[in-house]
Amino acid sequence: MAEDLGRTRGPTDMDPTLPDTLPKLLVRNARDMADRCAMRAKEYGIWREWTWAAVLTETRAIAAGLAASGVGRGATIAIIGDNRPHLYWSICSAQMLGAVPVPIFQEANAAEMGFIIDHADIDLAIAEDQEQVDKLLAIRSRHGRPRTIVYKDGRGLTDTAGSGLISLDALRQLGAAQPETLDSAIAAGQGGDLSVLLYTSGTTGAPKGVMLSHANVIAAAQGAISFDGLTARDEVLAYLPMAWVGDYLGSYAQSLVAGYCVSCPESGATLLADLREIGPTYFIAPPRIFETLLSDVTSRMASAGPLKRRLYDGCIALAQRVGGKILEGGPVALTDRLLYRLADAIIYGPLRNALGFSRVRRAYVVGDAIGPDVFRFYRALGLNLKQSFSLTEASGFVCLQQDATVRADTVGVAVPGITLRIELGGEIQVRGDGTFLGYHKDPAATEAAKTADGWLRSGDTGVLDPDGQLRVIDRAADIGRLRDGTRFTPKLIETRLKFFPYIKEAVAFGDGRDHVACLLDIDTGAVGGWAERNGVVFSGHQELAGRAEVYRLLADCVEAVNRDLAADPAQAGQGIGRFLILPKPLDADDGELTRMRKIRRMVIAERYAALIDGLYSDRDHVTLNTRIAFDDGRVTVLEADIAIHTIGRTS
Amino acid sequence: MTDKPRISEEVLLKVDSISLSFGGVRALSDVSFDIRKGEIRAIIGPNGAGKSSMLNCINGFYHPQEGRITYKGRERQRMLPYEAARQSIARTFQNIALFKGMSTLDNIMTGRLLKMRRGLFWQALRVGPAAREEIEHRAKVEEIIEFLQIQAVRKMPVGRLPYGLQKRVELGRALAAEPDLLLLDEPMAGMNVEEKEDMCRFILDVNEQFGTTIALIEHDMGVVMDLSDRVVVLEYGRKIADGTPDEVRADQRVIDAYLGVQRVE
Repeated sequence: MAEDLGRTRGPTDMDPTLPDTLPKLLVRNARDMADRCAMRAKEYGIWREWTWAAVLTETRAIAAGLAASGVGRGATIAIIGDNRPHLYWSICSAQMLGAVPVPIFQEANAAEMGFIIDHADIDLAIAEDQEQVDKLLAIRSRHGRPRTIVYKDGRGLTDTAGSGLISLDALRQLGAAQPETLDSAIAAGQGGDLSVLLYTSGTTGAPKGVMLSHANVIAAAQGAISFDGLTARDEVLAYLPMAWVGDYLGSYAQSLVAGYCVSCPESGATLLADLREIGPTYFIAPPRIFETLLSDVTSRMASAGPLKRRLYDGCIALAQRVGGKILEGGPVALTDRLLYRLADAIIYGPLRNALGFSRVRRAYVVGDAIGPDVFRFYRALGLNLKQSFSLTEASGFVCLQQDATVRADTVGVAVPGITLRIELGGEIQVRGDGTFLGYHKDPAATEAAKTADGWLRSGDTGVLDPDGQLRVIDRAADIGRLRDGTRFTPKLIETRLKFFPYIKEAVAFGDGRDHVACLLDIDTGAVGGWAERNGVVFSGHQELAGRAEVYRLLADCVEAVNRDLAADPAQAGQGIGRFLILPKPLDADDGELTRMRKIRRMVIAERYAALIDGLYSDRDHVTLNTRIAFDDGRVTVLEADIAIHTIGRTS
Repeated sequence: MTDKPRISEEVLLKVDSISLSFGGVRALSDVSFDIRKGEIRAIIGPNGAGKSSMLNCINGFYHPQEGRITYKGRERQRMLPYEAARQSIARTFQNIALFKGMSTLDNIMTGRLLKMRRGLFWQALRVGPAAREEIEHRAKVEEIIEFLQIQAVRKMPVGRLPYGLQKRVELGRALAAEPDLLLLDEPMAGMNVEEKEDMCRFILDVNEQFGTTIALIEHDMGVVMDLSDRVVVLEYGRKIADGTPDEVRADQRVIDAYLGVQRVE
């Protein structure tokens, strides 16, 4: 097993004097930085601030209330809702008592949520509002848990007597009457204790509960902090689902270790405005966020006046040529440098500001691969966007890119505290202090996730470049070969397609086939805007997706991708032969995407088997019969006749 | 549903034998009903049944030739819309009537107009008590914005908002007046299913949280039956039924009116 294809190790410079649990870190911050802003949230249109001292007071109050309702060491507590201060405090208050918080994706439907509540033996859930409480009540009638439901926003909850429902304020009052035993509970906590259960949505199979200890999380937080030199002066916006490891680290654990301030937006819908007002200095986001922002900018520019459009196009072309090099400190001609400076004043700067990126020192793409074109676009604008590689099982970041060596095709070097190796089969394996304790109640899966000599298997294949940078090839299981033996890398094709603002999602097939075929999901906003400008009439997503004009529009995009693929010797031969446009958007409620908006290839292949058969037949249209689930749990059957476009043939 | 504890027996508004004609057209003839404090009261009927005319009478916009309207125990002969507003009656319109160029926030702020105590002079200066008052009003408006979940469009000109959101802003402006009686003229007209469900939720929440009495006109039967405590049915300007949704639904005349049974004169 010692044989492998390369190995790299991040420098270790851990601080041994750091407290060993997250609640102890909060106590330290409240002592050492009592008056520094720890948390901010927009309420009634105004940003409200809490200092570290105030956060400790709030957290202790909730902890006392939880203790009074019988929560003790080893209990599990569900945390469900948008990113709100009291939910972060609830996480910490559970940890003060030695209980284990289980954040759950707020969008999860009752079935998904019920699985976790049942699997993690949750007796008490802290939920944001009526929407979540309703789901929890439905879950309780099926699984008999959770016994107690704590809610923050009581709106719409009139009849709560005798139903185990209690408001967060009432919970605090319960605690106020109890004698103080919190200090000893906090002191009893140890680094090896379980700090959190994070259920991974996973692109395959049922969710698994990843168990991370305080030591895991603190080590990982220190790694990320020392890599980027984060300090208490940094600003972060907490907007990603709390159930995701990236938010648990970025908005919670790292904030406790570094002492930086975390701001909670007013609501999901106000995110862009809040981003602009806060101006974070450290920003992490999955590719979908960057893609959405870009297609928003592109489609808004498409409807601007001709003068503005030409100015914008010219400046972007210049940025594409020299922007990346300037950011990395590479050689650029003086005239270009001056022109870039000018364009920065009139276009790039205002654009960065409009996107809320004007103060960002470091931004990372997390969770999935980003299209190289989208990536270069942001770098060209002067945003220090970098790539990363993370695993929930390794408590977050495994690799991050350094400022000076950013490349579109790598994910960076091992972060401090992490050792990487590439196994003979090409699999990336990881060892470090962040490596998880195991999967909750699943020793078999835990064993399968680790090698005999204790390395964590990532399930991804990769190559280590001579300079120590990791290149992730693709999810090992997804790479295939066309019938003629050409290597088929679906993700690469999909990310290239997604660079076009019109394409929101793409799913490529080709393993064992003669050619590559794609299911495309259009971006209703961008394509709708295009349709309006071009006089194409439509009444809704399904009709828009079926229009011949839209097919022609997307055929142009696909042909452009084919030209790019053909020009790259490593990718030649996997050009797209046929495609069709899905009549409905891919949706996490239908299980087609994970809650982090990654595509679930297997589910899609199964569900749209009829469409895929159609793509590999000689028919030019195909009939689809499928069930659609709505947010409120209703289900209807969608029947549609879908056209198939063959590239190179005019329809 | 009338036995819900929040609805008192106290009558807030009583309409007694109202008749209204425009020239030769008789819009309402001899209509009587009452609205109890705290209830959601629906006025339904086919097109041209006199629903909007009824609302306009309550609002003081039309003056019925015959009959009496008693509001908060006081009978009134003629009342102008601004007097109705002063007596805490607020309304929304079938065709949205907002200031299109103004932001959501400012539009809702206009709903506070009658609550402002300082004169124009002080408000323009924005000093001292007028500034404190403005902050109070702004706080109230922010509560409404949060309540209706329109934070994301707070600063946007309402003309740029989709229809469903404009309807919500209009409801917000009516709520800003903290009315005792809220009149909603087809709050669900032209909305898709999802927007209708949202609007229903908001109407129920207004009624539950603020205890506001609501009278609404609607021709979507399904919506009305789920929402209302009691329903008045009008047809050709006459009242043909009055009662709980279940009673009204079972009434043969209502079924005929809605299914369009041939009338034998």
